[in-house]
Amino acid sequence: MQVTRFPSRADGLADRMSGFIAHLRMNGLRVGPRETGDALAALAAVDATDRDEARQALCSLLAGDAEDWRRFDKLFDSYWFNAGKQRAGTAQNAHVRVQSAKPKIWQDSEQGDGAEDRHSRNDDATTPDPGEGEAEGTDGKLIATRTANLNRRDLRELMDEEALRQAEAAALSIARAIRDRRSRRRKQALRGPALDMRRIQRASLARGGEPLDLFRRARPPRPMRIVALCDVSGSMTVYSRVFLAFLKGLVGSGCEADAYLFHTRLMRVTDALRDHDSIRAAGRLSLMAEGFGGGTDISGSLESFLAGYGARALNGRTVVLILSDGYCTREPQALADVLARIRRKARRIVWLNPLKGWKDYAPVAAAMQAALPHLDAHLPANTLDALAALEPEFRKL
Amino acid sequence: MSVSELQQGLAREGYVADDRLAMALHLAQVLGRPLLLEGPAGVGKTEVAKALAALRDTRLIRLQCYEGLDASHSIYEWNYQRQLLAIRAAEGNASEDQLFADKYLLKRPLLEAISQDTPPVLLIDEIDRADEEFEAYLLEILSDFQITIPELGTIKARSKPIVILTANGTRDLSDALRRRCLYSFLDYPDKATELAILKARMPAVEGLLARQIVGVVQALRKEDLEKTPGIAEMLDWAAALSGLGVNDLAKSRDEVRATLVCLLKTAADYDAAPPEVMDRLIGKVA
Repeated sequence: MQVTRFPSRADGLADRMSGFIAHLRMNGLRVGPRETGDALAALAAVDATDRDEARQALCSLLAGDAEDWRRFDKLFDSYWFNAGKQRAGTAQNAHVRVQSAKPKIWQDSEQGDGAEDRHSRNDDATTPDPGEGEAEGTDGKLIATRTANLNRRDLRELMDEEALRQAEAAALSIARAIRDRRSRRRKQALRGPALDMRRIQRASLARGGEPLDLFRRARPPRPMRIVALCDVSGSMTVYSRVFLAFLKGLVGSGCEADAYLFHTRLMRVTDALRDHDSIRAAGRLSLMAEGFGGGTDISGSLESFLAGYGARALNGRTVVLILSDGYCTREPQALADVLARIRRKARRIVWLNPLKGWKDYAPVAAAMQAALPHLDAHLPANTLDALAALEPEFRKL
Repeated sequence: MSVSELQQGLAREGYVADDRLAMALHLAQVLGRPLLLEGPAGVGKTEVAKALAALRDTRLIRLQCYEGLDASHSIYEWNYQRQLLAIRAAEGNASEDQLFADKYLLKRPLLEAISQDTPPVLLIDEIDRADEEFEAYLLEILSDFQITIPELGTIKARSKPIVILTANGTRDLSDALRRRCLYSFLDYPDKATELAILKARMPAVEGLLARQIVGVVQALRKEDLEKTPGIAEMLDWAAALSGLGVNDLAKSRDEVRATLVCLLKTAADYDAAPPEVMDRLIGKVA
């Protein structure tokens, strides 16, 4: 390995070390003049002429987190061993937290799409994509079918970065609107705005009437939970990409959320959406989406949800979100029955219907007619704007 | 003590430290800086402190962090009961100076650690579970080794303890804390290191079995599991197998199945490793 030749005007180790610190700072490590002194002290404590010892010593001193720790060897070599003083990463503002490279679940295949491209993508949610024309629904025949479409679709293809980001943002704001709820009662707490006088008095007896121990009370959080059931059948194909991003936003929002997809069957996708490993997540979702874009069996799927997950997923603080157009192959009465049963266990049922945003839409589909009496809200969700506009509605729930 | 001496000393205590970790420990002692250890669960972050304390033959003072940990549980607290008794006994003649004296002070781990005559090893375990306010308390202690008690004044450390902090990413730690610490990341060990660990901890486990155990655990870590088995789990498993008198994993399928609970700690993981998968893993190793 070739050792870097430093210019002759650089005098001594201290100067080179400060150069090294500057090199690290340029590559996003949070180090400063204080670390220069520390580094020299550390080298004095080890055998500084031993390349590996010096490297290890500087690494444990100067790395701040796991990301720095992994990059350090490269940075070290590039400065001291003539690999050139290139920047190994992009320069970061010293005050910005260096984001560890957490992979996104959905990665856009084509990087750096232009601004106008991005612009045109915004209305993807409203215009049917000719690429998915094989499913029923795009040519106006919104007839539910019972055939299961066993094409394995890679869901990554059904996502694009910009629409995804907006849908996720909408989901986040909805989650925020219902997450920060507090109980009306005050309970004992370690820290809280109010003093618990009754408890303080009781405890003061042990201290001869001196109120020494202060107890406090606070209103404990009672967050709402979301259970989202998303229809991915043929008639919903054009919306599914946005809705999946929406689900991902809900699941990743930090509130308790549970996500399910259904067409003729139901599957739980919460864990897959939460997966940090992007490749694995996409693989899992693709496996689950077997039959993606086939027929619909809303009431059957809801029944299997209720039987399989209902006891665990539903409670008095749960909002059930159903994202579907309401075209169902089964008789409408079944849907009404299962909704009535869910209604008894959950707090609210909200139906997000992409068709409702259409002009002159009336819920004439028999299933929708049967479902309406059991819903707390029936809201439009055909565009990203409509999704974003849901937040005030959810505040009211 | 040089780095290699430290490494050998730790090995005598049954702890196999790689070069980088040994260097970090060495620097922590020489420079008197706290050492922050990060890494997945079960790779021996806590064990380092125990081994180091045993090697230096000093006390290990441990502070286990949890949500809601506050100064009165970690640094000091006034012994109100004794103070009240003293007030009553003195019939109101007690002066304030007497009441806020050393003997009414209950020392919690952090104050305890800086008031020892011989430098102890202070282990602050799972610092990321404590609240951010507690991290701020720590800063004064970690940089200057002193604690300020409003009624008494500042207490300076009699000897500088060797501080080891561990974290496994429950919450992001503040930059201020990271800058004051040396840093080392512990990952799952490679095959040779893990074999050495098994040998150091359990000399009774025979060569073939040891290789098989380590091979299977290493292969299991590559599987898609919820909780990846760490070194502690590997050692438990080895102890269980050798306790059952197993000599060859390939010949004792039932015992392997029965002892798998040592490695896989959730129902989903247990289902993810059916007998066929285990057979495949063992077959690969043998």
